[in-house]
Amino acid sequence: MTDTLLEIDNLSVDYETGRGDLQALRDITFNVNKGEIVGIVGESGCGKSTLISSILRLTAPNTRFREGEIRFKGQDLLQVSERHMRDLRGADISIVFQDPMQTHNPVLTIGQQMLDIQHRSKQSKADKRAHATKMLGAVGIPDPEARLKQYPHEFSGGMRQRIAIAMALMSEPDLLIADEPTTALDATLEVQIIERLQELQREFHCAILFISHHLGVIAELCDRVVVMYAGAVVESGDVREIFHDPKHPYTRRLIECDPGHLKERARVLPTIPGEVPDLANLPGGCIFRDRCDQALARCATEVPPLDQLKEGHHAACWLNHEEATS
Amino acid sequence: MSLLNVVDLNTSYGAVNVLAGVSFSVEPGETYALVGESGSGKTTVIRAIAGLAPAQEGSVTFEGQEIRGAPEKVMRPLRKDMAMMFQDPVGSLSPRLTIRSLITEPYRIQGMKDRDLDTEAKRLLEMVNLPTHFADRYPYQLSGGQARRVGVARALALEPKLILADEPTAGLDVSVQGELLNLLNDLRERLGLAMVIITHNLSVVRHVADRMGILYLGRLVEEGTTETIFNEPRHPYTRCLLSANPEPDPDARLDRIALKGEPPSLLMRPSGCEFRERCPFSKEICTQTPEWEVNGGHGLRCLAPLS
Repeated sequence: MTDTLLEIDNLSVDYETGRGDLQALRDITFNVNKGEIVGIVGESGCGKSTLISSILRLTAPNTRFREGEIRFKGQDLLQVSERHMRDLRGADISIVFQDPMQTHNPVLTIGQQMLDIQHRSKQSKADKRAHATKMLGAVGIPDPEARLKQYPHEFSGGMRQRIAIAMALMSEPDLLIADEPTTALDATLEVQIIERLQELQREFHCAILFISHHLGVIAELCDRVVVMYAGAVVESGDVREIFHDPKHPYTRRLIECDPGHLKERARVLPTIPGEVPDLANLPGGCIFRDRCDQALARCATEVPPLDQLKEGHHAACWLNHEEATS
Repeated sequence: MSLLNVVDLNTSYGAVNVLAGVSFSVEPGETYALVGESGSGKTTVIRAIAGLAPAQEGSVTFEGQEIRGAPEKVMRPLRKDMAMMFQDPVGSLSPRLTIRSLITEPYRIQGMKDRDLDTEAKRLLEMVNLPTHFADRYPYQLSGGQARRVGVARALALEPKLILADEPTAGLDVSVQGELLNLLNDLRERLGLAMVIITHNLSVVRHVADRMGILYLGRLVEEGTTETIFNEPRHPYTRCLLSANPEPDPDARLDRIALKGEPPSLLMRPSGCEFRERCPFSKEICTQTPEWEVNGGHGLRCLAPLS
């Protein structure tokens, strides 16, 4: 397909540790198309961060790429030279991090940082400055010209996160990775950031890979959703399919657990009993089996494949397997 | 008599007036939620109650005893009945102490020499559903959710009457968040403890709080039972906050009311109604200063309330 921007194909990543190899990602497969917003949702330890750092190839020294490919515009990012990777980072693929309070250099003005980030551009300093002003305005910072002279501490958290977004979009990247960009912000600011991202996405036509554990935000912003659990993709599909017709028990439980779902006051909130399995010592069969209330005998021994249930909707669960193959 | 009574609490850091007269009370066994944007003063309120932040004016009474600005000598015995759960779960645990030392520290501080600390550690870990062998671990060996539970165990060690919880579920996964809230709910029913909870997760407020107060720029702008506030918010700011809560449904119909601009600087408080410049419903009358008015348990500071 010509409109595919990023293809993650069978990606498996290990961390070498004293306890043996920790299988942080196993057989991750999904695509991001041009101009699409894809959400990755999953709880702590599901491999979201490993996935992002793998795409940017900014991994810890004990990381081992065991298998698979990460193709960006057709080229495998795991094979290209470090030099080439440097050219892609920030220019074609850029990122907004979780904590807006620590993203900026506290001793440089925002303007200086926005000029520095354009170091690749051949434009004059005045043009770069004008570009910085325009981008600040685009993310809704009032009086951008004057604000360029200010330091990060003179901005609120929400503004700093919007500035981080402005900086990430300055080079008009094809792919913007947003790593829990609203987690550190309160609800009103969260909404501001989501709406801003939607507008900018329409304006710049970049694809967004949006990582979050907040289901409300995912539901509102994304076109497609990838659900991860313990280092594997358990379900992926159109945002409506995932929220209205989840096919993997984990996805179902996760959605049930969100208190935003319950309109009436509940005495006992739903939870998912049990713990995430130890990635250094994985159980056989389905990784969610121990916490699943619908597990079959087969789930203990065989790993369920990520089956296509219908066009664009995949789930890795034996419960759906019969349906899919028959 | 209310368990906790806060009257007209004022806190300034230099010229920055963080709290400008906050008043509320908490009954025994009641859960009271404080909500508001970052910088609205939520954390300062509960830190001032616990004596961890200054409060230049006003009164804080706990079981009838005035404790605002009380010296440590007076506060220390009271901390048995009033425990704090801090915002940053890992940061609030000393990295050099084992979990056993951390959760039994309250007994040592209160000089309860008769307690067998190993037994207490075991009891507390079981209470918060952590394996008892965690007693020998250090904070860095815990996940965020586990560290939270250690924070809960430590806060509950002395069976307090009041818990001051600052964002107890921030950064937790939804399933772990549910576990923690169920645990607190259960303990509340069994031990009858009261709670002041700060959170910006409104879905959480709806499930745990009996009553709630909405803070804006260090002042309460609305207060009432959780049910009333959710069903009939009367202050435009409350309405905006409630409408900003993203719902886990892609087809949810969003009647979102956008807040205009940024919160004003505390150094230059706006005249009249302080929310006026950002308020989508402001009227001419709003240039006057609104007073706090209570009507049937529903408090409001607004001259042009919504119906």
